[in-house]
Amino acid sequence: MIAVILRRILTMAATLLVISALVFIIIKLPPGDYLTNRIMELRATGDASSVAKAELLIKQYGLDRPVWQQYLMWIGVMPGSVGFSGLLQGDWGWSFEYDKPVADVVGDALWLTLLINLTAVVFVHLVAIPAAIYSATHRNTFGDAVVTLLGYVGLAVPGFLLALILLFYANRWFGLSIGGLYDSALTNQPWSWEKIRSLLGHLIVPTLVIGLGGTAAMIRRMRANLLDELAKPYTVTARAKGLPPVQALLKYPFRMSLNPFVADIGNLLPHLVSGSVLVSLVLSLPTVGPLLLDALRSQDQFMAGFILMFVASLTLVGMLISDLTLVWLDPRIRMGLR
Amino acid sequence: MSTLLSIRDLAITFRAEPKPFEALHGLSLDVTRGRTLALVGESGSGKSVTAQAILRILPPSAAITRGQILFRDGAAEVDIARLPVEGSAMRAIRGQRIAMIFQEPMTCLSPLHTIGDQIGEALRIHIGADRREADVRTQEALARVGFPDPKRALRTYPFELSGGLRQRAMIAMALILKPALLVADEPTTALDVTTQAQILALLTRLQEETGMAILLITHDLGVVANVAHDVAVLYRGRLVESGPREAVMRAPGHAYLRALVHAVPRFDMAPGERLTPIRPAQAEIPPVRVRAPLAGPILQVERVSKTFTLRSGRLWQKPRLVHAVSDVSLSLAAGQTLGLVGESGSGKTTVSKMIMRALAPDSGRILFDDGSGPRDVHGLSGDALFAYRRTVQFVFQDPYASLDPRMTVRQILSEPMEIHGVAVAKRKERCRALMAMVGLEASGLGRYPHAFSGGQRQRIGIARALAVEPRLLVLDEPVSALDVSVQAQILNLLKDLQAALGLSYLIVSHNLAVIDYMADTISVMCRGRIVEEAPRAALFRRPVHPYTRALLAAVPDPSLDHPLDFAAVAADRNDPTRWEAPYRLQPDEAGTMRAIEPGHQVRFGGAPEAVAA
Repeated sequence: MIAVILRRILTMAATLLVISALVFIIIKLPPGDYLTNRIMELRATGDASSVAKAELLIKQYGLDRPVWQQYLMWIGVMPGSVGFSGLLQGDWGWSFEYDKPVADVVGDALWLTLLINLTAVVFVHLVAIPAAIYSATHRNTFGDAVVTLLGYVGLAVPGFLLALILLFYANRWFGLSIGGLYDSALTNQPWSWEKIRSLLGHLIVPTLVIGLGGTAAMIRRMRANLLDELAKPYTVTARAKGLPPVQALLKYPFRMSLNPFVADIGNLLPHLVSGSVLVSLVLSLPTVGPLLLDALRSQDQFMAGFILMFVASLTLVGMLISDLTLVWLDPRIRMGLR
Repeated sequence: MSTLLSIRDLAITFRAEPKPFEALHGLSLDVTRGRTLALVGESGSGKSVTAQAILRILPPSAAITRGQILFRDGAAEVDIARLPVEGSAMRAIRGQRIAMIFQEPMTCLSPLHTIGDQIGEALRIHIGADRREADVRTQEALARVGFPDPKRALRTYPFELSGGLRQRAMIAMALILKPALLVADEPTTALDVTTQAQILALLTRLQEETGMAILLITHDLGVVANVAHDVAVLYRGRLVESGPREAVMRAPGHAYLRALVHAVPRFDMAPGERLTPIRPAQAEIPPVRVRAPLAGPILQVERVSKTFTLRSGRLWQKPRLVHAVSDVSLSLAAGQTLGLVGESGSGKTTVSKMIMRALAPDSGRILFDDGSGPRDVHGLSGDALFAYRRTVQFVFQDPYASLDPRMTVRQILSEPMEIHGVAVAKRKERCRALMAMVGLEASGLGRYPHAFSGGQRQRIGIARALAVEPRLLVLDEPVSALDVSVQAQILNLLKDLQAALGLSYLIVSHNLAVIDYMADTISVMCRGRIVEEAPRAALFRRPVHPYTRALLAAVPDPSLDHPLDFAAVAADRNDPTRWEAPYRLQPDEAGTMRAIEPGHQVRFGGAPEAVAA
């Protein structure tokens, strides 16, 4: 088992390396970069001192060197102007657009992104699993039809539209400003009990909005899976043994129907990050989604590169978690490893 | 002898479009304490529905519309048909007083839970045993049903066990609370003959020990003749005959049972005797077409071996090798049938796949003669390979899985002709001829497979194989997925087609009676090797090798005069190190094939030199 985990971590490291190269190539594909674009603008306005400063930055970050050298410097296996200083050393680079280190710009946004998305994931499962079980066991009844209808509505309504509607009515009916993740007065305050409470209050709407589409999709899939499993002979065996219906359902068919969802955890995390960009923009949530969008538009290369690497690492960790959970849940996979 | 369970005027109806369908029309029967009642009938006769009704585990679309199921356990009499389905009274009966075992021991056990957990569960829910107590009693139960290492078995998963052991686990699970009645729904149909005999012996022994009654649902008259005390015959939802085994089997009164007896291949059939199908089918087979005779056999398998590598998950472990087929030689004369017999895992399917060129042998040759002299099948390429694909066709075991449900029968039959470039006009005509050849109406060409019964689907499968006028058909268990009542139709059809079209057959099966009915020469495989080969008459009348003899001894015969010797089948006969001398083989020893009479070869232990000397 330990050998398996070790091997997985090694492959993960190799995968990350390949991803970093791909990310860098993609960022570098459009001609120019943030600084050369900026210099052109500055030259047009004739601001000589700023041009000099930008040229200094170009030298400092080696943007005049060949792309492969820039890549090696970025990941930290080749010395730059200040020695080895790249991702491997924990230096995430400089955001030209904000004129600050990437770490300072991204800062809280990383953890808030994780928080919002994990809350959304928990919400999805808490709502979808009971709804799907009800729907599957009461197949073709009125209740099933209601759950199905709500599910389709959830699938069909775009998240950002729902966000706008909630934004409007929350303000109108409750006088609430639900934009952002805490009251605007608290934005630059240090963390306090009041700030956490404000954060929790502000989490409700984003969770609902981001989670709704996923919930609807999960209800549909879980219901279909469960219906398949309910028709399997071992479900009949459990009943023939005298097991009460709820116990029989949860122990056998429900557990069998979980596998595809566990296998999906790895995909869920990055999907939620990229899928919530629009909602984050509308609700002005300080998550990494809008930051990534800006960085890509303005070719702020270190910023974009870091966020993409962050999402990639999230994916790989998610995959590892789902694989290990599958091994723990399913003896067939566990035995396959031996 | 008192009655344990009385079914009175039981009717069961399924909700269906356009109108409800009554599966059981007023069934009455009695199960006596300590005796086995065999419920016999073909699929759709209502026998499984009866079993489900007794436990009240009918599918949601079915309902008991009238009648009683009186269960006299202890002093009180309970009408099971009146109990609420999920009520506590019904749950207390399920698994505790009435238990059930099913046909498919793999799918009836959850792959995610250990055997110990699933067996002990009944103890935990019914008598509130804690886990430790449940484990102790489960271990006892596993020992009683013949698990070699019951303590270890507690923590094994179903997929780690063979089919026989899985069914033993199911039996342990059903019997752990010593129920008064065991309902066994086709408990041995999915098993090999030797395993079947062992399971039947086990059930008989356990019945003697515990005095439980058994309701045995089966379509196999051989099983009935060997373990039942009483017999009830169901036909289309009605009881047509019932009584003690002797009376019913010796003098079957109802035409259906009489017909059933003559529809199943038996070993005591006269040479040339044909099976009589229950519902004869009219096939129009075109007049005999004479092919130029071949100088040698049409198919020769020469010393073929195949090894599979099991990938190992550990970092520093060598992969494991499995010798699926070792040094197998076969020879099939044109126009004849070669039968390949063996239990699951014997390598017979691997051999047929190598002949089809779906797998490449590690060593050895497969020679096929299409009239222009024998050529190595695995050396063919390009046009020659394309032509070979046309001359050798395959008929699959499962007529449900082997026909694409989204294609009409016409598309199914035309596809091979399209691939092999038959003109469109000729295809149409050929489709109609093919349907006539297998005894189906040409009007069925526009329909989809789901509109046909299992037997009809298998005919479509055969028609598809014949579409491109092959010379050799490989038949992989062609009737084992079919109801007994239609097996005879299919087997007779195959015989007639062979005679008319000059086809050669390789038939692979674990059913010895089917092989006996169909084959001219027979090869018996065990653990990847041929252990005995002989002309049909010699093999089944004078079997020599201990494995062949064990296989034959394990086949339950429908006649009451040849009961199974349960003591003899208990031993594990597919372990070459336990065969008696001179047949015994040491691990990794190949032994030698020797002719004991013309055409009859048997594998002996010892190296070739030793035998020659």
